[in-house]
Amino acid sequence: MSLAAATHGFLSPTGVEIAFLLVGLVTFGAALVTVTTRQLVHAALWLVVTLGGLAVEYLLLTAEFIAWVQVLIYLGSVVVLLLFGLMLTRAPIGRSPDADSGNRWTALAVALASAAALVWVVVDAFRTTWIDLDGAAAGSTAVTGASLFQNWVLPFEALSVLLLAALVGAIVLSRKAKAEPSPPPVNSRAATGSSPSVPDSRNHPIERNSPAEQEGAL
Amino acid sequence: MTTTTLAVLVPLLPFLGAAAGLLLGRTAPGFVRPLAVLPPLTAFALAVVVAVRQDGGRAIDAATELTPTGSVPIELALHIDGFAALVAVLVGLVATCVQIYSTAYLRDDPRYPSYAALVSLFTSAMLLVVYSGDLMVLLVGWEIMGICSYFLVGHYWETPEARAASLKAFLVTKLGDVPFLIGLFALATDAGSFQITKILGTVASGGLDHPTLVALLLLAGVAGKSAQFPLHTWLPDAMAGPTPVSALIHAATMVAAGVYFIARLLPVFEASSAALVVLAVMAAVTMTGSGLAALAQDDIKRVLAYSTMGQLGYMTGALAVGDRGAAVFHLLTHGAFKALLFLAAGVIIHAVGTNSLAAMSRMGNLRDRVPDAYWTMTVALLSLAAIPPFSGFFSKESVLGAAEHASTGHAEGIPDAAGWTVLVAGLVSALLTAAYATRLWLLAFRGRGVEAPDHGRQPVAMTAVLWVLAVPSLALGGLAYGRLPGWFDGHDLNPTLTTSVLGTGVALAGGLVTYGAWRHTTALAARVSLGAVAAHPDADGGLAEAEAGATHTPAHGDMATAPDPADPGRLLLGPLHRHAAAGFHLDALYTALFVRPVLAGATLVRFLDREVVDTYVRGASAVPRLLGGAVRRAQTGNVQTYVSALLAGTVVLVVAVLLVATGA
Amino acid sequence: MHLAYPAVLSALLFCTGLYGVLARRNAILVLMSVELMLNAVNLNLVAFDVWLSRTARDTLHSGQALTLFTIAIAAAEIGIGLAIVLAVHRNRGTADIDKLRDTAEPHGPDEATLTEDEKAEATA
Repeated sequence: MSLAAATHGFLSPTGVEIAFLLVGLVTFGAALVTVTTRQLVHAALWLVVTLGGLAVEYLLLTAEFIAWVQVLIYLGSVVVLLLFGLMLTRAPIGRSPDADSGNRWTALAVALASAAALVWVVVDAFRTTWIDLDGAAAGSTAVTGASLFQNWVLPFEALSVLLLAALVGAIVLSRKAKAEPSPPPVNSRAATGSSPSVPDSRNHPIERNSPAEQEGAL
Repeated sequence: MTTTTLAVLVPLLPFLGAAAGLLLGRTAPGFVRPLAVLPPLTAFALAVVVAVRQDGGRAIDAATELTPTGSVPIELALHIDGFAALVAVLVGLVATCVQIYSTAYLRDDPRYPSYAALVSLFTSAMLLVVYSGDLMVLLVGWEIMGICSYFLVGHYWETPEARAASLKAFLVTKLGDVPFLIGLFALATDAGSFQITKILGTVASGGLDHPTLVALLLLAGVAGKSAQFPLHTWLPDAMAGPTPVSALIHAATMVAAGVYFIARLLPVFEASSAALVVLAVMAAVTMTGSGLAALAQDDIKRVLAYSTMGQLGYMTGALAVGDRGAAVFHLLTHGAFKALLFLAAGVIIHAVGTNSLAAMSRMGNLRDRVPDAYWTMTVALLSLAAIPPFSGFFSKESVLGAAEHASTGHAEGIPDAAGWTVLVAGLVSALLTAAYATRLWLLAFRGRGVEAPDHGRQPVAMTAVLWVLAVPSLALGGLAYGRLPGWFDGHDLNPTLTTSVLGTGVALAGGLVTYGAWRHTTALAARVSLGAVAAHPDADGGLAEAEAGATHTPAHGDMATAPDPADPGRLLLGPLHRHAAAGFHLDALYTALFVRPVLAGATLVRFLDREVVDTYVRGASAVPRLLGGAVRRAQTGNVQTYVSALLAGTVVLVVAVLLVATGA
Repeated sequence: MHLAYPAVLSALLFCTGLYGVLARRNAILVLMSVELMLNAVNLNLVAFDVWLSRTARDTLHSGQALTLFTIAIAAAEIGIGLAIVLAVHRNRGTADIDKLRDTAEPHGPDEATLTEDEKAEATA
């Protein structure tokens, strides 16, 4: 870690600051590509870069446990889930010309305006604030664990209930369409569901391009 | 029971019969005929009892006030004098005859229950008018008669003629009723009461402020109801109804109501000599015009309809010269023989299946087919033509006598002009009456040609009432002229020598001239073939008549006339025939004067409503619709748009808050 | 380290995610952008936690705890969100957000038939 403690200044950056800045640039750039690329699968992959960059930033900020959790959960599961989602919704592989909606310019204006406002406020507020990164790591596993299970144990348990609810909810959402006895014609796609083991899928010969087959192809 | 109670029952019984008939007509068809015949019969009997008890003495007055009605009280009042008692007897007699006759005449009609109930209601309304001592109550009966005539004339509403005729009858009488109503209000305001006795008391003391205005307004309503010129045009067309209805309307109810009303309020009219002159002119025009028109008609019922207008002209003429005794006397005899004429005409139409005189004149031996109708109709026609000693002679002589009395200046308060007008017109129409009566009789019963079809004897219910009515047609005048003055105002009703000789002379002349003309033209009859066949000889009279009416226009081109050179009327009238057949084109005149402007006005109003008023309405709706459409455009359903707007607003708010917080 | 670095990076990432949420057509890409926004918040939380734990001697480590909770909730969110997107895709045949316009006001017969056509297309 850097030894710049006595005098701080933008003109004398420490090594950590330089590293943070570089990784931050990469992260921001990857985030920009994520939201602008025309290739949907690439967007997910660029998201991996963004999230990984963030993990590095956490490490640089001495929050190592968070960093590893970030790697495990986001890079390990969320991105994989998103990729599955892309596949299941038959996202085209390759460039799709209509990845952005017609709302793009409005979105750009709103995003730029909010970015300007936020950056202005943040810079104005924390112009003279410095983080002292010396000493023991603020986010080591021991420290985080102690804090979590001493001070935050009740919300932690409540969170487990929330996760359970989300689990049940996701299952219910996936199964609900199948439980319907006779779906209306518009919803006929729901009858086959996302599972290839639906017994009556052969009753719908039109559904050749159904997500079920997509999934099966995977 | 007291006389008052009996008198109340007289109009009440037919009303209850009508209500019960309407209620039970569908559920209990067996009760319909008793309910149709018995209430008028009982009412007739009660009216006779009331007349006997009243006996031409003091008027019976009874009044009860149901509820206070403000400055001018309205009371359920009876006022039964000699006029009311005798007219009620006539109404009861004719209504009973018509109801009995209808049981056979409309035997198979599916709408007989409602028909019978309406006839009973009609009778009840007329009896109410006759007995009522309060003008508001009288008006109730007056208007009920209007609506009943609308329904009954339109009995065969499947045919366009009947629909048009019923509507015309209703509208034309209503046209008179509006001024009539205003006149009633004006009269009541002047007199401070709707009660006839009080009004007459006010008139006697000279308390009436606007006698001419009131009289003329009332006259309009009377002209509408009693079919006097210029509101008479509904009456010939009303022949589209069944014959018994015509008999009822012409003899006892409706048209008689107008004359009776003037007779009741004659002092009001006498207070204004202008009104009397107008009345006299109206009567004269109606008398002569209808006599000429009757001579040209081919439909037997239209002849009788025009003759009714003429005889009503005599009555209004008698009223115009201030002799209401003569008027009501003629009303009584005319009611008897005109009911008889119509009912007999119904029998003839039933027998031969046509209403065309031209077709009848080509049938031999008709009188042997319908002997009852032949004999009774002969009596009635002689009575109509005022040949002594039949009833019509005495009543018509009393009218002519009164006119002569007035023209020589003997009548007090009556303008000489009115007397002369009525006298001259009366004599002229006596000639015309005799002429068309003779023509009707000759054409109907002295036809030559193919034997009239034999459909067997007519129903007893139809023929019996003819003989019942033949008795007063024959003898009422002769028996009553001496006694009636006691019932009426006390004016002498005896025939005077001058007018008797004059009247009978012109009547005989008219008959003989017509006979001569008929002898001359009947040779032509064989050249033009006009025939008629009853399509359903075994059906009841109503159906036969409806079919005859429906086939007349296609067969002869016009309801009123037929292209028959053998018609003596054609020879007698000469170039006038064409106009007389069309009722002197009054209908066409009214169409041009009133109907077309009203229709044009309606079109204009429709245009203004659709194109002008609605434009504003549409404009008022278009602007909000446009604005709403503009706002609706923002509702795209795209979530991203919504969120963009939301966040943009948030950013703006945050920046604003920051600027305010930092004091910038 | 200057606190402005993580704070500005966090703000920029947040606005990038914002742009993605508003501009992307595919629902899954929108979900990714939401993840970006959540991560921006996480970075903020971590940075301020580190700062506070040093300067204010904060021992609760609330920032890091909240970050963990956020990550857990984000995982739950992405699961539910994906389930919803898949259900929509099954029903409608599309995961494009700007085609899910059932709440739109119909402007006229043209647009109504257009949506009908889309539905027919989706059914086929």
